[in-house]
Amino acid sequence: MKGTLAKGLLLLSLFALVFLAACGGSDGENASKDDENESGSGDKVIEFMHLWPEGSSKQHYDIVNGIIEEYESDNPGVKVKLEILGNEQYKEKLKVLSTSNELPDVGMTWAAGFLEPYVSGNMFASLDDLLDGPLKDKFVPGTAEAYALDGTTYGLPLELNITPLYYNKAIFEEHGLEAPTTFDELKEVVQTLVDQGVTPIALGNKDRWTGSMWYMYLADRIGGPEVLNKAIDRSGSFEDPALVEAAKEVQELVDMGAFLNGFNGLGNDEAKGYFINEQAAMYLMGSWDLPEWTTSEANPQEFKDSIDYMKFPVVEGGKGDENSFVGGPGVGLFVAENSDVKEEAKDFVAFFVEKWGEQSVEKAGVIPATKVDTEGSDLPQMYVDVLNDLNEASNITLYADVQMSAGVAEVHLDMIQALFGKAVTPEEFAKQQEEALAAEE
Amino acid sequence: MNKVMSNKVVIALYTLPALILILALIYGPILLTGYYGLMDWNGIGAMTFIGLDNYVELVQDSKFWESALHSFLLAIFSTLSLAIYLIISLILAGKIKGSNLLRKIYLIPMLLSSVAIAQLWIKIYDPNNGMLNSLLQTLGVENPPAWLADPNLVLYAIFVAILWQYAGFYIIIYYAALKGLPESLIEAAKIDGATPIQIAYKIKVPLIAGVIKVTIVLAIVGSLKYFDLIYVMTGGGPNGASEVIASYMYKKAFGIYDFGYGSAIAFFLLLITLVVTWLTRKLTASEDEIQY
Repeated sequence: MKGTLAKGLLLLSLFALVFLAACGGSDGENASKDDENESGSGDKVIEFMHLWPEGSSKQHYDIVNGIIEEYESDNPGVKVKLEILGNEQYKEKLKVLSTSNELPDVGMTWAAGFLEPYVSGNMFASLDDLLDGPLKDKFVPGTAEAYALDGTTYGLPLELNITPLYYNKAIFEEHGLEAPTTFDELKEVVQTLVDQGVTPIALGNKDRWTGSMWYMYLADRIGGPEVLNKAIDRSGSFEDPALVEAAKEVQELVDMGAFLNGFNGLGNDEAKGYFINEQAAMYLMGSWDLPEWTTSEANPQEFKDSIDYMKFPVVEGGKGDENSFVGGPGVGLFVAENSDVKEEAKDFVAFFVEKWGEQSVEKAGVIPATKVDTEGSDLPQMYVDVLNDLNEASNITLYADVQMSAGVAEVHLDMIQALFGKAVTPEEFAKQQEEALAAEE
Repeated sequence: MNKVMSNKVVIALYTLPALILILALIYGPILLTGYYGLMDWNGIGAMTFIGLDNYVELVQDSKFWESALHSFLLAIFSTLSLAIYLIISLILAGKIKGSNLLRKIYLIPMLLSSVAIAQLWIKIYDPNNGMLNSLLQTLGVENPPAWLADPNLVLYAIFVAILWQYAGFYIIIYYAALKGLPESLIEAAKIDGATPIQIAYKIKVPLIAGVIKVTIVLAIVGSLKYFDLIYVMTGGGPNGASEVIASYMYKKAFGIYDFGYGSAIAFFLLLITLVVTWLTRKLTASEDEIQY
């Protein structure tokens, strides 16, 4: 019995050792975290979480670090502590942190639908005082509004994108084509290309939001910029004739063979590959892809030179004009409601937004949501054109799946895939979305 | 040592760490999932108790049943494919030249992560530049199908990728079982004049029946909760044609933040899996243990 006891004790102590070692590890971590917090005795620490890791977004990462350095030297006594995660992990972590009410003081959010649960959970602080104060009139109209709920703004956008229709000039020239300005001309271009055995349009509709952009533009050009917005904010209906008509036009394009063969099974990246390999003549995509056609080292210069963009053609007799764009802000900054350094965090956000706006285009090719002065910069021509177009934009319609709540967006995206795949009629397409929107009222 | 093993304190000591981990990481979350399934919850805000409403919705949800059908098709398909794996293993376990090399070839897919496999098959199935369609075109097939974009074909296209993915796993199990059979039985059969096919069919297969049963359960359960390859290859599309229960659950919980409903699906999937496993054990139950 004595031996047994000894062995038992031995085991117990072994187990305890392992257990304590594990605890010790976390103890050590906590300790070092405390050290950091207290470094420089009495410093205020702003925790800042962003989603541009050095590996995948080097330029963004560098700008952020530069801004933080500048801020810290301007504001002695305030330190910014960074946590950096990739896009998907970032979303997951933000969600997990929010359930335990431990959001970072400053972090990144997306507009409208993404923001909503956080705002209704009272997690994000109102940033109206910044918009009325230091950041007054700094933003392109319509961008900060995308982060507002019931008239209060909870996020400040860093990125802004519109969606040009890129095309390959070399392919167009080879087939004696010119960039179309009307939808009928676009169809003629498509027909010519199909007849010559060239894929007219690269589309990766496995991702669904890609097809949604085509639909949104057609809805805008036929019914004007308000019709889709109204259907979504419930002052109108999704069964509006213009929205059904737009769906019909989509299916007509599908029937003509306008889109890449097998588009419903291809992701956006694969579809982009076809455009980059010059296997498709046109590609509708956000201006976030501008570096691909201008500065990217990965693509050959000859290809980059042959890419230009056009504004989405107008539909004759339709209500939308060519300066109306589908687009919207990308990520924005939020300040946590329960932050214990809220004032400093807001101050940092205002500083960050301003500095970011000065540097992001030139250093990272990101169009900021704040107004950009193109005079005297040596940006690639396509950037200058897009920035100028933005200044002349008559309207920017926020991506439908971002405008909608998550549940309705899912219906919308599913319906888009079904519409392009001809699994539903245009009428049914409109009806199902109308029902989903009505159910949420 | 026996004394140590019969000491209740020591027994508890040995089993406790694993028990705590299993309770905390497996059974706890299962119970929580069951609990969340009774709630209306978006994953962030407050939960509202709604009783069995999620389950009522689930039973009426045609998209759920469609995905359940796909999961069951996948289960049937995987079970049938076990026969192919078994035949390959029988051949490999026989004395053929290069069986060592072949075995390694079959095993390699198992070493790849599902995402890599999915990317590989996406490239193979690419409708215009893909290997498969290029091959079909050189064979004179005009307009070969766009495999992953065709709602009628997509599920089968994915089945083939899954068949390939799991070949190594099941072949290695069968191979090990076959190699473990006593040589004397096979020799005796040979002396009695049995052909290799008779030996395989009448002696080897019945002797590894226990292993086969286990693999059937593994294949069915694995298929019912199958997720990764489908999620990467098609995301359940086009138009839900390749949606399975697990991908549908993911969409509901993490896509549209309906964690209550997602949890209900997860819990329902658990019940289905338990019932099917029990049924499979029941149907394949045999009377007695094999004794050599």
